[in-house]
Amino acid sequence: MLLVLGVYFIGPIVASVWFTVRRVGGGVTATYYSAIPGADGFADAFLRSLLLAVLTVVLVLLLMIPTVVLVELRLPRLRPTVEILTLLPLVLPPIALVVGVRSVLSWAPDYFYGTPLASAFYALQQPSLPWILVLVYGVLALPFAYRALDAGVRGVDLRTLTEAARGLGASWPRVLATVVVPVLRTSVLNAAFLTVALVMGEFTVANILGFTTFPTWIVQTGGEHPQLSVSVSILSLAITWALLLLISALDRRRPTEEAT
Amino acid sequence: MTAAPAPVHVLAAAAPADLRDRPGVDVRLQGLTRRYGSLLALDGLDLDITGGEFLALLGPSGCGKTTALRAIAGFDRPDGGRVLVDGRDITDVPASKRDMGMVFQAYSLFPNLNVAENVAFGLRVRHRGKAERARRAGELLELVGLADRADRYPHQLSGGQQQRVALARALAVAPQVLLLDEPLSALDAQVRVQLREEIRRIQLELGITTVFVTHDQAEALSVADRVGVLRSGRLEQVASPSDLYERPATVFVAQFVGTMNRLPARVVDGGAEVLGVRRPVAGDVPSGGPVLALVRPEALSVTADAAGPGRIVTRTFSGAVSRLAVALPGGVEVQVDVASADSQDLTPGTAVTVGLAERPVLLAPPEPA
Repeated sequence: MLLVLGVYFIGPIVASVWFTVRRVGGGVTATYYSAIPGADGFADAFLRSLLLAVLTVVLVLLLMIPTVVLVELRLPRLRPTVEILTLLPLVLPPIALVVGVRSVLSWAPDYFYGTPLASAFYALQQPSLPWILVLVYGVLALPFAYRALDAGVRGVDLRTLTEAARGLGASWPRVLATVVVPVLRTSVLNAAFLTVALVMGEFTVANILGFTTFPTWIVQTGGEHPQLSVSVSILSLAITWALLLLISALDRRRPTEEAT
Repeated sequence: MTAAPAPVHVLAAAAPADLRDRPGVDVRLQGLTRRYGSLLALDGLDLDITGGEFLALLGPSGCGKTTALRAIAGFDRPDGGRVLVDGRDITDVPASKRDMGMVFQAYSLFPNLNVAENVAFGLRVRHRGKAERARRAGELLELVGLADRADRYPHQLSGGQQQRVALARALAVAPQVLLLDEPLSALDAQVRVQLREEIRRIQLELGITTVFVTHDQAEALSVADRVGVLRSGRLEQVASPSDLYERPATVFVAQFVGTMNRLPARVVDGGAEVLGVRRPVAGDVPSGGPVLALVRPEALSVTADAAGPGRIVTRTFSGAVSRLAVALPGGVEVQVDVASADSQDLTPGTAVTVGLAERPVLLAPPEPA
């Protein structure tokens, strides 16, 4: 069974790698991989997606860490409501979300023309850094980020730890920065990783809103340079795995010796 | 590798001078009320704690003792009443500005910080220099006998060691009041006894006003200057351990603190007739009729007597004293403490006579059938 699953997952990856390194007439070549850095539009799209990912991670963590702590310590009755709210992005099709977003953005010329609100709407849609994508990706990442953080919160006695810090004179921002985030380090890293993976792979929203990101660039390039497109996909998969291993390594840094 | 408990002899380091020189402050609770939905956790609690006193709050689960402690610490806001420290009303002061040190029931060390960093946490919050933090952490770890564990992380310490570090951390900021919320309840019996004695030694050395919440009466009676017994959010009695044991103010206190026999009795001419003898009554005298006399096991005596009405059911040896369970006529069973050395012949099955010491007895209404 495990072998079948292994073949099911690894087979397409191996086939893709072979497709990108196969030389016509026999042998292997790294031509397509070495061409990636110089490919037209690659650097812009990749760096833009990377920046979007970082901003989305910051937004999601700033929003969700205080929320999870607040629900755990002060508003436990709201937990089911928050769980349902964070699930909405999963049950709502991205196409419906993006159509709604596009409709709202069109209010700028239709209703807010000449007002600061219209300027703000336009600023959100700058092609070089589309902040609107950060906001939409923040919503899309909520289910994953919330669950990762919530699992972490349930695994520690957050109430006692925060009260201990408060009793020692720490303000709430300090408690969050020096106690909660370090204690939830694994969960924060998991939430960040899932968010980065989502942003680096999201195609529908960026494509419909007309922005060029890493995934849309791959699809655009695929028509003219199929091997190059697939080699970039392989590379992005490798980057994702590297991130995952990095998180595991960071989590293993603490000593494991136990007292009895 | 396992972490061995700290030996007792290393725990006698002197407390830092600046901590010793701080006078203990008075703490006053005035009419504290706290309600959780339909549950009244504190019902107008009034309590005065003298500066430098070690006061234990004792009571069954849900009596409000932890709620009272959390109200003093600032983690729980009372619905009514006031908390005064050194005459200053701190009811609305946030926990982070109350200048109190607290040790929790659950292990509360920050897992991402080592022992020294945990102890110095409060000083870092107060922007004290690195050298001062290191010095103070060292002093406090000496005080609790864990100077050699400064570089360890919490998960590398035993439960008792973690609570010692938590105590050092609470004291490092030189708090006005030390609050202990059942800090020993998660520890095994031997460590618990050792640590409670350590806490008392340190408290006496520092002279810090201390409130110690526990449900364990042996703990409360052994370390506190005074013990407050709570029931349903109200104080039943506050007294020294010996007064509480010897002269309980209410039937609840009498039955909650220590072991208490309940013997059928009658009120006769303002006194009580118990086990066929007359004794004066401590406290209120019921109007008459059948009552229960509350008698400590050590207030009873047992004499082997082939014609006696009692029969020993069990004998439990506990060192110098043995406890006998004696069945009396009418389905009554009493617990009697006797000196082990003088009672070798009192074995299960022996017929005995039970006597009552010449001292006043507390009376309670009869239990409903």
